[in-house]
Amino acid sequence: MSTTATRSLVAELLADIAPEAELDSVADGEDLRQALDLDSMDFLNLVVALHERTGVDIPEADYPRLFTLAGMSEYLGTG
Amino acid sequence: MSDANDVRASSKTDAVIHKQASPACPPNLADYDAVRAGFSWDAARARLDGLPDGGLNIAYEALDRHARGPRAGRTALRWLGLDGSRRALTYAELLSASCRFAHALATLGVQPGERVFVLTGRVVELYVAVLGAFRAGCTVCPLFSAFGPEPIATRMELGDARVLVTTSALYRRKVAGIRERLPGLRHVILTDGKGDEDDCHAWREVVERAPDAYTLVATRPEDIALLHFTSGTTGRPKGALHAHQAVVTHHLTGHYVLDLHDEDVFWCTADPGWVTGMSYGIIAPLTCGVTNVVVEAEFDAATWYGVLEQEQVSVWYTAPTAIRMLMKLGQEALADYDFKHLRFMASVGEPLNPEAVVWGNEAFGMPFHDNWWQTETGGIMIANYAALDVKPGSMGRPLPGIEAAIVARREDGGVDVIAEPDREGELALKKGWPSMMRDYLNEHERYERCFAGDWYLTGDLARQDADGYFWFVGRADDVIKSAGHLIGPFEVESALMEHPAVAEVGVIGIPDPVAGEQVKAFVALKPGHEPSLELNRALLGHARKRLGAAVAPKTIEFRTNLPKTRSGKIMRRLLKARELGLPEGDLSTLESDEQ
Repeated sequence: MSTTATRSLVAELLADIAPEAELDSVADGEDLRQALDLDSMDFLNLVVALHERTGVDIPEADYPRLFTLAGMSEYLGTG
Repeated sequence: MSDANDVRASSKTDAVIHKQASPACPPNLADYDAVRAGFSWDAARARLDGLPDGGLNIAYEALDRHARGPRAGRTALRWLGLDGSRRALTYAELLSASCRFAHALATLGVQPGERVFVLTGRVVELYVAVLGAFRAGCTVCPLFSAFGPEPIATRMELGDARVLVTTSALYRRKVAGIRERLPGLRHVILTDGKGDEDDCHAWREVVERAPDAYTLVATRPEDIALLHFTSGTTGRPKGALHAHQAVVTHHLTGHYVLDLHDEDVFWCTADPGWVTGMSYGIIAPLTCGVTNVVVEAEFDAATWYGVLEQEQVSVWYTAPTAIRMLMKLGQEALADYDFKHLRFMASVGEPLNPEAVVWGNEAFGMPFHDNWWQTETGGIMIANYAALDVKPGSMGRPLPGIEAAIVARREDGGVDVIAEPDREGELALKKGWPSMMRDYLNEHERYERCFAGDWYLTGDLARQDADGYFWFVGRADDVIKSAGHLIGPFEVESALMEHPAVAEVGVIGIPDPVAGEQVKAFVALKPGHEPSLELNRALLGHARKRLGAAVAPKTIEFRTNLPKTRSGKIMRRLLKARELGLPEGDLSTLESDEQ
């Protein structure tokens, strides 16, 4: 999945989890959890939502690959 | 693993985990009953050095007495940065750095007794500042860096903060906007500041250029060292004050409960923004002279297993939320690691479910040792010990020197001790231990209400079995515990009430498989506002911006009306019972029902 597509999908999902998040201010390589003040429960909810929307299985061991938009984009592309 | 402690019984989680008779590393507390019987707090005090003429200072016990002896060159702090960088400070180096910070405070005109707040992630400067402020005779108040501006402002106002140590990013995002509410805040020191600017000092200007000549204010044992805010059901956060002699409990529990031995490498995963990270992520391990590992990164299973292996951690103190996340990953995830140095594991924050204790025993070859304490108790009070059998799900037995009981409150304000085993009641502790809170800041009456005669009443419901083990039952009040952090529903409700569309709010904790509980808000709207997805998101965003992710609700539900008593008090208990499908209980005070 392209980073642009990933970015718009994540923005859509975050509207339910962290509506105050300003995703535009986050660089592709930045850790979303720090940049947007997401706690572990928010991040987990985001991963679950990503799975539901894309159908891609995301085992917990792979979570660190989803800490950045760039990582998500790559993961969802190959997953 | 084959050397797992023996579990004897058919049902796994009911089974007692028995300890080996002669483990390779003999526990510090080998004979619980004998030590308990012969215990005196005077003897516990004598384990520390103290200052001439009966003085006592936490920083002296944590640093000076090691830095002036054979441990001077031992690593006190081993810091692992987010970017993969590492720093190690010896006891002698950490002593010098803390002296610089104390000199910096003096140069800025900060007086002993004034309050120094810290609001940072787990960076080295945090540890230096805390220990330096103790040296200067100041009171330290830690703030959790995931707090939003509102909890930060409330606590700094209540605590009359004179100095704040924080980072440039946290200052910009969370403090700059509330600074005008804090006229007493005279100095902000930015740990990563480039130079003095914007009414802020840069660490490199004021601290690094300060002399490292030895300095120490000769505090007395009863001088206040720490201010920890905690949450109650009603009203604003409570500021629990602790004296320098709390260090007697910190040191003793480091020795007896965490079983710290001279050569240990210790890792407490708790953030120093909360009481566990302060007492056991800074003070206790340093007073015991061990190497204290600090990890800047947030939880991630691979990172954590990597730290345990590579840093050769021997004693690990963590929390149920993290343990449950590791469990979800399964035992296979451990296969690539070698934890041969790991000797003892402990857990705190909320009751550790029996499955997690048993999982620890299977996965690591040793159980997690759950223990219990509160901000108000200042240190571990009830624990499972290295030498004692573990009953999974139990908080264990009282620390030597601590008398715990199950009590029932009487109408006249007194309490009756329930001697019969397995009866539920309120957990109470006989007052007088060194780390007991000395007061709630500016709320002495609220403090007095925590006591009945000689007993401190914890607000936790528990029972004690016939073998003397205590078991947590629940909270006596509405306080929410999420990921080990106490959250006061009133603080969350207040933030939502500030939104112009909101008429009334009730906030409760609902069960969460990983975090224990998560925060849920029920909101009734003012006339002219209709429930909608957009408004729900607006309220969620509003709460998160004000409170921060750690405190804000995870879900919001609209109601036309919330259940209230005659006096207009929202009945959170009833909201919770209905949410969870539990019996509604006594409805005699219900005046206006939910719609």
